[in-house]
Amino acid sequence: MSTARAALARPTGPLTVPSALQLVGNTPLVELRKIRDGLAPGVRIFGKLEGFNPGGSVKDRPALKMVEDGLARGALVPGKTILDSTSGNTGIALAMVGAALGYPVELVMPGNVSAERKKVVAAFGAKVIYSDPLEGSDGAIRLCRRILAEAPERYFKPDQYNNPANSLAHYETTGPEIWRQTEGRITHFIAAIGTGGTIMGTGRYLKEQNPAVQVIAAEPDDAFHGLEGLKHMATSIVPGIFHEEQLDRKIGVATDAAYDMVYRLGREEGLLLGQSSGAALLAALEVGRGLSEGTIVLIFPDFGDRYLSTKMWLGWASFGGGRT
Amino acid sequence: MVQVKVPTPLRKYTGGAGGVEADGGTVAALVDDLERRYPGLKERICDESGQVRRFVNIFVNGEDIRFLKHLDTALKAGDELSIVPAIAGGR
Repeated sequence: MSTARAALARPTGPLTVPSALQLVGNTPLVELRKIRDGLAPGVRIFGKLEGFNPGGSVKDRPALKMVEDGLARGALVPGKTILDSTSGNTGIALAMVGAALGYPVELVMPGNVSAERKKVVAAFGAKVIYSDPLEGSDGAIRLCRRILAEAPERYFKPDQYNNPANSLAHYETTGPEIWRQTEGRITHFIAAIGTGGTIMGTGRYLKEQNPAVQVIAAEPDDAFHGLEGLKHMATSIVPGIFHEEQLDRKIGVATDAAYDMVYRLGREEGLLLGQSSGAALLAALEVGRGLSEGTIVLIFPDFGDRYLSTKMWLGWASFGGGRT
Repeated sequence: MVQVKVPTPLRKYTGGAGGVEADGGTVAALVDDLERRYPGLKERICDESGQVRRFVNIFVNGEDIRFLKHLDTALKAGDELSIVPAIAGGR
């Protein structure tokens, strides 16, 4: 098949599904052919496009799994409300899952999350409680704890930071999908870290298939950063599900460089992605430059249309405004 | 003096203080004064060309300086300036 035809070939799936929840997972892998920045010909980079999930991000996987687990354990029963702290994608995912299953959802978010996120959550019918923007996601975590402590019987709190079902979702779905999609050829797995659920669960599955697979985290290079959804672990409340000792390596990424990489992904690859995708790709390229051959898979957690109102695009004009 | 509200991740420069005082007739001058008092702070707020980093929002009395005169926005004693990262970490 010619390259152009290969670019147009699409995987096939079931033609109809009973609800949005059955559309979670089974996202495509796309190879990056233009942004290679000096990689050896034997090094291939693939991005897993999690924006294809029905809630628009990788967070649909843990949100669905945590709610299913809550229902199975009897922790979530009719009359209860799903409550959690989130700066965005998990909130959207929980709101989507709650709507599809008929459970009310309340979310605590820092007041400075992007306007699109606030609107999407509201569109799914969830109630939003804003925490102090100066305190970031840790402020939302603390406020959520206080709300729960006042009326624990009212709520089911999935607690994405500490719920093993978060990383289990990736162990059961993301990991096997990548293994299958690369036909076992993956050598390096890279994901940016927020709760750490993606990298922990996916990494564990991949290492079980092949212990030589390297699992590498991308994180903001400083506590004060602009990478929405990501955590600088050394200065944050470390999530209970995050076990740094299970990583082979951690790579710090500068916010400005990640933003610029998002611009390039749109212009050079035809992929409009979020800032955490730019961060993960920078880390992937750093890893790739040290290899003569390898199959690198990274997570592109969501698409970029969710960030169009953010300051990420302030530099666009000076970057060339879309022209080289 | 201008009252400056400092976000948690920058408090390592201010000895843990969430509110500090600094001087300056404009935001640019105030940022320079902050740097004198708390070395290292300016580099986090401004890029190599001296512009406010894309992910940093500066509010003067609740107004985003990008809708005022950017770094040339005038300040007077008693004003309140907040430094807020444009986003929050942790999904």
